[in-house]
Amino acid sequence: MADKILVVLEQRDSQLKKISFEVAKAGSDIAKSTGSEVQAVIVGNEVADLNKIGNYGVKKVTVLKNSELVDYSPSAYSKAVADFANEVGANVLFFGNTALGKDLAPRVAVKLDAGIAMDCVELNNTDGNIVATRPIYAGKALIDVQINSDKKVFTLRPNVFNPGDPSTEDAEIVEKNIDSPDLSTKVIETKKAEGKLDVAEASIIVSGGRGMKEADNFKLVEELADVLGAAVGASRAVVDAGWRPHAEQVGQTGKTVSPNLYVALGISGAIQHLAGMRSSKYIVAINKDPDAPIFQVADYGITGDVFEVVPALIEELKK
Amino acid sequence: MKIAVCISHVPDTATNIKIGEDGKSINPTDVTYIINPYDEIAVEEALKTKEKVGGEVVAISLGTDANKDSIRKALAMGVDSAVLLKDENFRDSFGLAKALAEEIKAQEAELVFFGKQAVDFDNSITGQLTAELLGYNCVSVVVDFNLDGNKITAEREIEGGKEVVETTLPAVITAQKGLNEPRYASLKGIMAAKRKTIEEKEAVSSESKIEILQMKKPQGKQAGKILGSDASAVPELVRLLKEEAKVI
Ligand SMILES: Cc1cc2nc3c(=O)[nH]c(=O)nc-3n(C[C@H](O)[C@H](O)[C@H](O)COP(=O)(O)OP(=O)(O)OC[C@H]3O[C@@H](n4cnc5c(N)ncnc54)[C@H](O)[C@@H]3O)c2cc1C
Ligand SMILES: Nc1ncnc2c1ncn2[C@@H]1O[C@H](COP(=O)(O)O)[C@@H](O)[C@H]1O
Repeated sequence: MADKILVVLEQRDSQLKKISFEVAKAGSDIAKSTGSEVQAVIVGNEVADLNKIGNYGVKKVTVLKNSELVDYSPSAYSKAVADFANEVGANVLFFGNTALGKDLAPRVAVKLDAGIAMDCVELNNTDGNIVATRPIYAGKALIDVQINSDKKVFTLRPNVFNPGDPSTEDAEIVEKNIDSPDLSTKVIETKKAEGKLDVAEASIIVSGGRGMKEADNFKLVEELADVLGAAVGASRAVVDAGWRPHAEQVGQTGKTVSPNLYVALGISGAIQHLAGMRSSKYIVAINKDPDAPIFQVADYGITGDVFEVVPALIEELKK
Repeated sequence: MKIAVCISHVPDTATNIKIGEDGKSINPTDVTYIINPYDEIAVEEALKTKEKVGGEVVAISLGTDANKDSIRKALAMGVDSAVLLKDENFRDSFGLAKALAEEIKAQEAELVFFGKQAVDFDNSITGQLTAELLGYNCVSVVVDFNLDGNKITAEREIEGGKEVVETTLPAVITAQKGLNEPRYASLKGIMAAKRKTIEEKEAVSSESKIEILQMKKPQGKQAGKILGSDASAVPELVRLLKEEAKVI
């Protein structure tokens, strides 16, 4: 039986987030393959450039609108999305596995009595059923899962589903006002980390470990990140030492990332660190110990001193 | 106030995972289990809150007798009492949340701490599901928590910053690293924990909405090329990144 698919988009400061295009494309691809209908929904107020969702194969998007809903409110967003899903009879929902998606999707799932599969990295159509692959044990294993309830919720790992080249097709935009939203839980302020790109969203990450020797030397990591347009990441050892904030920690108890390029500087590659970054598309390691486990996952390695190699790398990239 | 904290018993993060014979679960031989690292943070926040506003803290864990090791750890840190909801079988997060919600209701706990994520299946949803089932407010991935009377102000981590969230009791909070530094159990605490009884109950049964078809190992990355042992390898590295990997 064909599904009715609903992709749940995400905005911040009324701008569509990149994950929205990834989820739209993945949703429209699976809809095509299973012969299902697909539409999109977003909660917010005046969201910019919504028509662009059409570039990724979803022809209709509904904004659930209220001036109070620019910032996230778990109570209001979950009710708005679940009510909308019921109204249009959607039985399969896709969210991004982002800070917002991870909070919102499970609440919507309960409201719809839907089974939920988090952090999917692959979706396949097996005889009309969606089979999702998701990492467990921090990526040390994978499971293929199927949801057997009538309604199904999936969240998709950012940076994994390639939105591909945009078409020029626009989506039809429908507005629906949400009256007196339930604001019993509400974001009252957003504190941005000053001008920094977050590891969870970056397509290139330069991470430093204990091999950087001291906090001050992270200037070198930052400089390399700058020339590459990358985010700065860190191993737990340096976060525990107080050299870098926890928000930068990559690994099992930090963030799981899958950028196009991950550069590890003076990081040994402990299993808990690998857990958070081994699914990166390309990995570069610079470490003076040729036996460091990071080289087992690195595509390209230099077994040298970071204080010699990194300045040379910065120079070469600036050329 | 009655405060509950939900704890899971998970493989040590250093464990190498091997797939079991059924091809759907892990081979538990040689696996060391620990209290989930985020749940220690949850326990700490529950204890700190109790120290501030009074009341008692109950730990709840669903699983087998093996979970008692992690429960004892929480008791040794200072948790007052504990319940083990017994279940030998695989449960999806929904079924888990249903059983936990049931027990939280029975305990009349108004404030419940979870870890943000159990480092086994990495679902990161049990707290939110349980809150929704109970009709409690919920703030997830919390790095700063303040309770003033009935009012909660919490900070949650998001991409590139933090959100300050306001809500009220009854509520579920899921703990992220950075919220606090979990205390070490004192010798006195460890001794006291041995004397505390762990109440055992059958977990309410629940039908799984999720079916695991297959568990598998990720395709091993081939160890790549070592380009050299000093800065002379840099031009080749940059060339490969541009021309072969095409990532810069
Ligand atoms: C429950 C638990 C959770 C954990 N979670 C995480 C996590 O989320 N993320 C994480 O990263 N870790 C985590 N860890 C810690 C992990 O086990 C390692 O201790 C940590 O990753 C090591 O960090 P490191 O590689 O920076 O330091 P080290 O292991 O000390 O490695 C430093 C490396 O730098 C190299 N080096 C030194 N000097 C130079 C130089 N001049 N030039 C080049 N190379 C140099 C050395 O050869 C060495 O390989 C966790 C551990 C536990 C127990
Ligand atoms: N078996 C369990 N018993 C009690 N609490 C659990 C159990 N599994 C998970 N939890 C709680 O739910 C949190 C999130 O788990 P998860 O959604 O599985 O990532 C954990 O940090 C625990 O606080």
